[in-house]
Amino acid sequence: MATSTTKTTDRTVPVRGTSVETTKTFRPDPGEAPEEDLREAVLQLEREGEWIVQRVPEPYYEAPTKYGRMKKIPYERTWHHKSCGQCGHIPGYSTSIFWLNRVLGYDYFDPRDQTSCTAWNYYASATSNQAAQAAVAMRNFAAAYETGYFPLIHCGTSFGHYKEVRHELVHDHALRRQVRGIIERLGRPFVIPEEIVHYSEWMYAVRDQLQERVVHDLSPIVSTVHPACHYYKLQSGDAIYDPEIYGGQRTAVVTGVVQALGAQVADYSTWYDCCGFGFRHILVQRDFTRSFATLRKIEVMKEEANPDVVLTHDTGCVTSLDKSQFAAQAHGRNVGVPVMSESQFAALAMGAHPFRVTQLHWHSTDYRPLLAKMGIDAEQAWAEFQEDVKKIEAGTMDYLTWESVL
Amino acid sequence: MEKAYADVPAEEKTRLYREVVQDARFDTYLYGCYECGICVAACPSARFYDFSPRKIAQALAREDVDLVYEQMNDDVWNCSQCFSCLRCPRGNNPGGLITIMREVAVNNGLRTTKEALAGYTRIIYKIMTTGTQVSPDMLQEDAFPDWGPQVKDVADHLAVWRRALPPETMHTTALSWDVEERTMRELYAIWKWTGTLDMIAQLDEGLHDIMEEIMDDALEDSGIDAAVSD
Ligand code: SF4
Ligand code: SF4
Repeated sequence: MATSTTKTTDRTVPVRGTSVETTKTFRPDPGEAPEEDLREAVLQLEREGEWIVQRVPEPYYEAPTKYGRMKKIPYERTWHHKSCGQCGHIPGYSTSIFWLNRVLGYDYFDPRDQTSCTAWNYYASATSNQAAQAAVAMRNFAAAYETGYFPLIHCGTSFGHYKEVRHELVHDHALRRQVRGIIERLGRPFVIPEEIVHYSEWMYAVRDQLQERVVHDLSPIVSTVHPACHYYKLQSGDAIYDPEIYGGQRTAVVTGVVQALGAQVADYSTWYDCCGFGFRHILVQRDFTRSFATLRKIEVMKEEANPDVVLTHDTGCVTSLDKSQFAAQAHGRNVGVPVMSESQFAALAMGAHPFRVTQLHWHSTDYRPLLAKMGIDAEQAWAEFQEDVKKIEAGTMDYLTWESVL
Repeated sequence: MEKAYADVPAEEKTRLYREVVQDARFDTYLYGCYECGICVAACPSARFYDFSPRKIAQALAREDVDLVYEQMNDDVWNCSQCFSCLRCPRGNNPGGLITIMREVAVNNGLRTTKEALAGYTRIIYKIMTTGTQVSPDMLQEDAFPDWGPQVKDVADHLAVWRRALPPETMHTTALSWDVEERTMRELYAIWKWTGTLDMIAQLDEGLHDIMEEIMDDALEDSGIDAAVSD
């Protein structure tokens, strides 16, 4: 039983890890899965000439999913379907994903021929419809196929939404015909990827390679993990579950990576709750987001696990859990934990620069105590970053380049 | 107590109800309802609002046309679209039912929808015309006062901080990344061909006209025949 303790300033809080309190091992049998394997239908439709299926490039990792089916995760030749919220407001998130690919020596493609999934239009304002959403997805998939690289999706919502789209396209002939007509009218091929893959699945697939490159001792670091709703609740059979992590009862992504890196993952009772993002709420009804993110998530984590950091794998979750803490702090609430993606955390663990790569200055809640505990000198790193900024302002450097951060 | 929306003709309520249940997604989103409340226990919005996914599923399952109309006006915008309610033991997707109800509300320009989406037009404009949504330049102090001084810090240093990012595609301020022109035009064509641009006309005619002009101008010299013929 993975139970240890963590010292807080005034008391000792037990850290229940990721082993479930039972001796029973749950090993799912794919033959007993309650849902069809949509990937078989996707391939069948290819045989019938309905579309092209883009294969996962070899070599790939095979990861177990919720019902024991294996999912192919490509190591490289990945086409990075970026997230508007990550690139726009937490750019160290995407930068860290790219940085990790570079450190591992993997070939990847960062496209300009990519739109966001536009699921904001769908989930937030409902100013879209099935056909538009499916056409946006298939246009992006066509763009990936034309480059020869395989889509790797950065955003949890894009990932979940594209799986919904795949489900609709498989089951609704009329919709498929309509969308095919649109894509062909654009002069693009009608292609669907063999697997729909989230970047956190790629992180899970390469966790041992990440572990080999860790340069900081993470053993004193206690983290809590927020699993992103749109990663594992939408089309849920397709998410990675590992019998070794939470006894196969919760998704293994993020947690599996954080443990491989050598940090502790502590449990808390509201793990299933969402982050409070709400799409339209975060923009125009933020009282809800602030209350939910702090009262149901951060305060519960503080009370039950007192983490040094909250780690998650989606755009909206990082944003709501991080930004909501400022107002709660002003009211003296029990908050104040930095929030970031596991890609940023892994990059930090592997020696990435906290500002040039993980870009923590875009985050709100104080991350300096975490950096100090990881053995990273935040002040010196900030001074170095300020030098870059001066050079850019003076015109002696156009941009910060990859060469300067590797 | 007088029923809500008693002044709305029954035919109108029935028409909108039919639009919901005839949607292609509806049959896989509702199989009945045990009225067990498991969805409510998982629902974040139910904790903070007078809102219940159980009632949504129940009203549709019972074909309660009046209640569905009321919910379409007063309830659906409270949902967070998190899909925690997919734990439903009956296999329902209450969040998905709400997605459909919202679309019907937008398509029919319901007054409460216009109110719910007031202040939201800038977002719609951004995503439909640029292909990326929450762009860096949206981080402004006046829009996010509750996020503290860090937002101002970003806004004050935006241009230079964007250039201090190693990925070549991310040196942008008005877009989240650099999107090719051809890509944007293809997106415009998709909005036009799928009737999405027309949906906006119901919501905000001014916004619709501005976007239509931008899209038509861009499409004119693109080689894409954007005529709505499908
Ligand atoms: S969980 Fe499902 S069956 Fe139970 S009340 Fe909600 S919609 Fe009805
Ligand atoms: S999708 Fe909506 S109804 Fe369902 S749990 Fe989330 S907030 Fe509640």
